[in-house]
Amino acid sequence: MKDVNVLMAGVGGYGVIMASDGMAEIGMNNGYDVKKSDTLGMAQRGGSVVSHVRWGRHVFSPMIRKGEVDFMLGFEQLEAARWAPFIKPDGVVIVADVVVIPISAIDGKIPYPSWDEIRGILSQYTDKIYLIPATRIAQEVGNPRAVNMAMLGFLSAFLELGTEAWTETMRRRLPPKFMESSIEAFMRGTDEAKAIILGKGIKK
Amino acid sequence: MKQLLSGNEAIALGAYHAGVVVATAYPGTPSTEILENIARMDGVYAEWSTNEKVALEVGMGAAYGGVRALVSMKHVGLNVAADPLFAVSTTGIVGGLVIVSCDDPGEHSSQGEQDNRHFARIAKVPMLEPTDSQDAYELMEWAFNISEEFDTPVLLRSTTRISHCKTVVDVNKERRADLKPPHFTRSPAKYVMVPSNARVRRHAMEERIIKLQAYVEEFPLNEMLLADRKIGVISDGVAYQYSREVFKDASHLKLTTIYPIPANLIRRFAQEVERVVVVEELDPYLEDEVRRLGIAVTGKEFIPIIGELNPEIVENGAIQAGIVPASAKPSPQSSSPAPQLPARRPQLCAGCPHVATEFVLRKLGFHTAGYGKELKKDELIVTSDIGCYTLGVYPPLAALDTCACMGASIGQALGLEKAGVPNKVVAVLGDSTFMHSGITGLIDVVYNQGSTTIIILDNQTTAMTGHQGHPGTGISATGATTQAVELESLVKGIGVKDINVVDAFDLKAIESTIKRSVESDETSVIIARGPCILSVKTKGTPLEVDTEECVGCFDCLDIGCPAISISEDIACIDADMCVGTICGVCAQVCPQDAISEGKR
Repeated sequence: MKDVNVLMAGVGGYGVIMASDGMAEIGMNNGYDVKKSDTLGMAQRGGSVVSHVRWGRHVFSPMIRKGEVDFMLGFEQLEAARWAPFIKPDGVVIVADVVVIPISAIDGKIPYPSWDEIRGILSQYTDKIYLIPATRIAQEVGNPRAVNMAMLGFLSAFLELGTEAWTETMRRRLPPKFMESSIEAFMRGTDEAKAIILGKGIKK
Repeated sequence: MKQLLSGNEAIALGAYHAGVVVATAYPGTPSTEILENIARMDGVYAEWSTNEKVALEVGMGAAYGGVRALVSMKHVGLNVAADPLFAVSTTGIVGGLVIVSCDDPGEHSSQGEQDNRHFARIAKVPMLEPTDSQDAYELMEWAFNISEEFDTPVLLRSTTRISHCKTVVDVNKERRADLKPPHFTRSPAKYVMVPSNARVRRHAMEERIIKLQAYVEEFPLNEMLLADRKIGVISDGVAYQYSREVFKDASHLKLTTIYPIPANLIRRFAQEVERVVVVEELDPYLEDEVRRLGIAVTGKEFIPIIGELNPEIVENGAIQAGIVPASAKPSPQSSSPAPQLPARRPQLCAGCPHVATEFVLRKLGFHTAGYGKELKKDELIVTSDIGCYTLGVYPPLAALDTCACMGASIGQALGLEKAGVPNKVVAVLGDSTFMHSGITGLIDVVYNQGSTTIIILDNQTTAMTGHQGHPGTGISATGATTQAVELESLVKGIGVKDINVVDAFDLKAIESTIKRSVESDETSVIIARGPCILSVKTKGTPLEVDTEECVGCFDCLDIGCPAISISEDIACIDADMCVGTICGVCAQVCPQDAISEGKR
């Protein structure tokens, strides 16, 4: 049973809290001790959202220390860059193709960074950076809100729990209306990751 | 059964299983979800009270009536409820009364930081504090039992990280079936605090604390864990979790009884270890208590007194104090300096009904368009209050001069006027805040003949904390329809003659009404009415920028709408975010008439 520290960073309205709630519950249902903590800088008003999810044999702190994040899910590109210092050396960064430009970048002096700039910031901490077409996947499964499911699916390919362990909890939690499309988005995310992992021979 | 629960969910469930019958609260981050959860449970009366003082008074009455009552609030709410807290500490109760105070170290969503552990000592009320959701769940039953056994209200203190973190809880109880029927026994000596009775109760309070001092020595949720004896860490709340993680091999004493403290247990622990360290958030509360026992202790010289802790802060402090060796692992510091990234401040939503009023206030009030400059005589002073609208302090709206505590805007405005400041003063507060603490302020203005203008931003909900009902909404905590207190009648009843109701999205009407009201010598109230856009189910057709007409003046950016940005040197509206004709403030601002309803 490996300890897993996941940081999810994004903005309100993109399913960060749902994803972190779901991941925490999946961990608990599969025998991990679990803690999860959200920092919602008044997220519904356009602020940042950060969730810490920890799986382990015994988890004490609900917050992950800087430099100890095994996996970072960037639900928005700027927010991924902002939390880069939390990534451990060789941690995995999974970033969605989502850009939400804050007002300060519209009328301010600091422009929104390009993906190359964001990748540059992230690569100071790790080389394992994956920009994934989560929005496209969500659109293709017919559920624009399933970006978070595609992200979780991608992440799941790196972890020791099998796909069934994830989808079983999801089937119990998700509203029927969105269940099939959500699980499909999850599976598409998993497939994307597996193709990359096989292609590069990355070990779990 | 194992459940993943936030601290607030665990508090609610623990209270429910402990047999709570009456639950009251005023919403406030990070405490709000306690009552929201209880309101969904059968067999409990749950209410959003007008404010925390009333909430505690209702809880007090219920406890006098022999049933178990829970009152929850954020840290600053306990300031509002301090009067009944001291009162009920004096009288004691019959049914258990537990008051939950959720502190907000680091001010995630608060106007200030305060350590409410001090309230226990000053009010002579026992206090318990959980270190995770499991503790929170279990402590509720203990809290009610202590309350009834010792004839005292009990404080349970949580913090943001306890209230909002989810941890695994072994839910091992069900709602107790042996609930006592409500019953009030007449007892003036206990309940009527005339001085002659209060003097007697005063002795009961001190005797109670002495008994509790003995009781907490055996309290099962205080835990002593003896490992490496070089360092012994005493901690409470979430700081205990950080301590276990940072001081992995050390000995630990986890305290859940914060007042009174288990003095002998602490002495025993101190004898077992070479060096005693206290790790706690905010004030050196435990540290002072331990030191008073004559024990040498290390604490706030390495743990910050300000803000929230985390494992990193605790570890860095411990390294600096030489308590633990510097970490051997390489720190993942980047080689180049951190690049500047644009900030993502919270902001008012697209379609927010507060925007138009704040935009007008800025236009009328801040000619020099900046703070820290000499005010011109014709510039308005805008006192403000606690709510979403406080976000209007940020550019581009930048329309507010003050924000202190619930309802203060009105008194501040009158004070500035009576001080003789030459500028006109406008007080701005929301409908829920007005109900909470604005009414008495308005009465003061009327009674003392202030000429202040008070703007009530009536979005018909308590928006900031997630859309709870309040007396003006006519919706109860359980979602039922109830009697609404009508703002206009209330204000009229207080004696205000100049009452104006304006559409919160009508810039012209807002501007002319404010201009007229500030010039009048009598007290004026303006109710700017428009629903919180997050509670509006059907949005209007999104507005569009006519690319031919837009000249790129970007006046529309001055309203700070998150749906408006710049694209190829002209303004551009995000159709997914724009709520359209419901709002239309940008179209009113545009000097080119380039913004109108889309053709789709």
